[in-house]
Amino acid sequence: MTPQETVERALELSKADDCVVIVDEGSTANLRFAGNTLTTNGVSRSSRLTVISVTGQGVGVVSRSAVRPDQLADIVTAADLASHEAPPSEDARALVPGSRSSDWDRPAEPTSIGVFRSFAPALGEVFAEAESAGRKMYGFAEHLLTTTFTGSSTGLRVRHDQPTGRFELNAKSPDMSRSAWAGVATRDFTDVDLTALNATLARRLDWAKRRVDLPPGRYETVIPPSSVADLMIYLYWSAGARDAADGRTVFSREGGGTRVGESLTSTPVRLYSDPAASGVECAPFVVAHASAREQSVFDNGLPLTSTDWIRDGTLTSLIQTRHSAELTGLPATPQIDNLIMSGPGGGRTLEEMVAATERGLLLTCLWYIREVDPQSLLLTGLTRDGVYLVEHGEIVGEVNNFRFNESPVDLLGRMTEIGAEQQTLPREWNDYFTRAIMPAIRIPDFNMSTVSQAN
Amino acid sequence: MRQIDPDFLALPLRELADAALRRAQELGAEHADFRLERVRGETLSLFDARLEGSMDADDLGYAVRVIRDGTWGFAAGIELTPQAAAAVAEEAIEVAKVAAPINREPVELAPEPVHAGVTWVSTYEIDPFDVPLREKTDLLGDWSAGLLKDPRVDHVSASLMQVKEQKYYADTAGTEATQQRVRVHPVLTAMRAAGGRFDDMRTLAPPAGRGYEYLTGTGWDFVSEVAVLPELLEEKLKAPSVVPGTYDLVIHPSNLWLTIHESIGHATELDRALGYEAAYAGTSFATFDKLGVLEYGSPVMNVTGDRTAEHGLASIGYDDEGVATRQFDIVREGRLVGYQLDRRMALLKGLGPSNGCAFADSPGHMPLQRMANVSLVPALDGPSTDELIGGVERGLYVMGDKSWSIDMQRYNFQFTAQRFYLIENGRLTGQLRDVAYQATTTDFWRSLEAVGGPQTYYLGGAFNCGKGQPGQIAPVSHGSPTALFRGVKVLNTVQEGGK
Repeated sequence: MTPQETVERALELSKADDCVVIVDEGSTANLRFAGNTLTTNGVSRSSRLTVISVTGQGVGVVSRSAVRPDQLADIVTAADLASHEAPPSEDARALVPGSRSSDWDRPAEPTSIGVFRSFAPALGEVFAEAESAGRKMYGFAEHLLTTTFTGSSTGLRVRHDQPTGRFELNAKSPDMSRSAWAGVATRDFTDVDLTALNATLARRLDWAKRRVDLPPGRYETVIPPSSVADLMIYLYWSAGARDAADGRTVFSREGGGTRVGESLTSTPVRLYSDPAASGVECAPFVVAHASAREQSVFDNGLPLTSTDWIRDGTLTSLIQTRHSAELTGLPATPQIDNLIMSGPGGGRTLEEMVAATERGLLLTCLWYIREVDPQSLLLTGLTRDGVYLVEHGEIVGEVNNFRFNESPVDLLGRMTEIGAEQQTLPREWNDYFTRAIMPAIRIPDFNMSTVSQAN
Repeated sequence: MRQIDPDFLALPLRELADAALRRAQELGAEHADFRLERVRGETLSLFDARLEGSMDADDLGYAVRVIRDGTWGFAAGIELTPQAAAAVAEEAIEVAKVAAPINREPVELAPEPVHAGVTWVSTYEIDPFDVPLREKTDLLGDWSAGLLKDPRVDHVSASLMQVKEQKYYADTAGTEATQQRVRVHPVLTAMRAAGGRFDDMRTLAPPAGRGYEYLTGTGWDFVSEVAVLPELLEEKLKAPSVVPGTYDLVIHPSNLWLTIHESIGHATELDRALGYEAAYAGTSFATFDKLGVLEYGSPVMNVTGDRTAEHGLASIGYDDEGVATRQFDIVREGRLVGYQLDRRMALLKGLGPSNGCAFADSPGHMPLQRMANVSLVPALDGPSTDELIGGVERGLYVMGDKSWSIDMQRYNFQFTAQRFYLIENGRLTGQLRDVAYQATTTDFWRSLEAVGGPQTYYLGGAFNCGKGQPGQIAPVSHGSPTALFRGVKVLNTVQEGGK
């Protein structure tokens, strides 16, 4: 049975008032390596059917993998029964009206280990070069292809094909005391420039041959796009309208309501998502397998368009379902699977920003970022894989690692420079979020709370 | 004792395994194993006693792992026919061929006795998937509604996670193991905004390898715990902000489990110590050359790994490489004496057989070296929590986990908690706010002055410890007594965030 036939058959079988059916066809291929050798690898396929039955205001969600045709009726019946059993859902709304993707009928096409057929030998050459140059290489390459088919009893028939690729390369000195990281997001691995990444890491390990120990304190710090992505993604994940309206977050207005419309910074920064943005394309409609604070199964199929979260430094939107939009009196602006930050035009490259630094730190990566206080969005975390001291526009050595305590909302207000945006791979969050376009930023007084001995 | 569900046993387990393993051997595999899994999970969430979301999902499939010419090959499939299983084995062999040019270290496995036709089922009474959805939402809703009646509470969130994990494992040596385990995690959080402050107070009930009976009085008294949340929340909202400095800490196991997890559990995974996680989660300061040498902590520190503990989230009879699980020492009288192992790592470092710490979180993932229930051992005839508090002139009593972060070699950490109480002259004098404690792992554990007796012991844990690429989650418990640490750095988080 094709995914499209599964959708149609499940919708026919449902006896509920309404029904949404989602079929996710997935495939992955990956290579993992450490110390110039392969450690693990694999390919896998997955197929998941999610039936969302609606009876009155009750919702039943049953999701099963590897479903055989003879199991379909039982799954739909279980979802229908669960919708009868369930208490009313507060996000209950009329389902989204029907629309149809022009390529609805096209089959899903899986990825395979073949995606690495020319990449793997090239990686082998990098290992050989590293071996002879006295470096150890660590990292991971992964390619996923997921096709999502969403149909509903209102006639909705939409599909989306999402390729997701990521590659991380980490070089270390033989004694593991020096370390450098680089990562890229890709849709198909044909554009991964291994030679350039390898050269970048070799240069950074050379920078680290001189060690400079610095105490904790506040330092002028240039934060590269990957780390800016890690900070802004946390901000984005914390931008749920309901939590803000309930007084729980940094986006809650004192005395009630949200801070939408409030200026967060005098810098004309823009933070937005756009499903059609080049290089970071993502689903142009809502896909919600279950309702939660920031998503509603009733919104499945709702079209997504370019959405400003912050524009000209002002908080413009929060993540909204149609339900939370009614509660807050603001437009429905659902979550979108990419994030873009830009400053005023003419921003400098990271290298130009370093060259313009009198004395400061250049980070490579932030890591183990966790929330300490939701009301200020104070985050803690650590630096890793290279913190460099810049003096008179030149890298003069590697500095010890630090633990930081900072809020990305505060950082927006304290930035003194926003560089040119570029596509980047977040370091910490790339398990969940790979589609980011970010600038480097300059913070005059980044809070390095304590020294970390790790290297 | 519960039995493995008949519908899982009715799947063509043996036929698929035979087809896959035979095909792998035909194509030159030196070793092959087959794992068929069904992982069923249900989540419920309520906000202000109304259902916010629910989902009942499963993950069913199988994996074939081969070693061919000393290189791993892994493939996973979902079609339950012998032909498809054989095709997945062929795919695993193909993966090994593509990967061979970048493999410079032949893979070999530590020997393990053959365990033929063994079964194992965890200890639980009521399968949570046998309980109707309405009964669960009504129970969480009743607890929530009770809290909402209290004027000291503005909002209440409630959630329940439940998982049933079924595994069938077979390998070319002849081991065949069929297993089933259940786990649940209910959480209630009361919230309030008052006086320009917002805060919350969460139940300390840990996730447990138990069935639905856990929610109705077996193993935890939820009714009593929920009843005291408003008072605790009100006290926290009125609490003064901490003065940063150095304090003695008496840490309840509801908080210390997470510090154990981060600073001992992950640090003593041998794959990390050897650099196999270096690009992602990181390495470990407890490198292999320090085995038997490193003074990890004070002499009262004894830590075990244990995959056999009853109700432990990492407990199971046989791991995902067919290894019989056991208890083993990690730290003895303060000294590092052992690591958590899988079969490859064990052989690589000449450590004898694996201690059974390989785990994959789904049929689509390759097993990794994952954490046992890593626990701090209580002192026989050790002190009570009150006695530990009584020995502190100026300090903090720490309960419940909250924020956590540790560096990639497991040195520098920072933790917050649900509740921090000020201790003055051996007595609790009320809660404090805005507290975090920060230390370096070895400094912290060397400052351990005393561990409580068995009466203070508690098994904390988490459903979702993350590791590996592609990312995998693992359930794990950590037992601990209440413990006393001297002279730990305490931060004021508001001042940390200030400019």
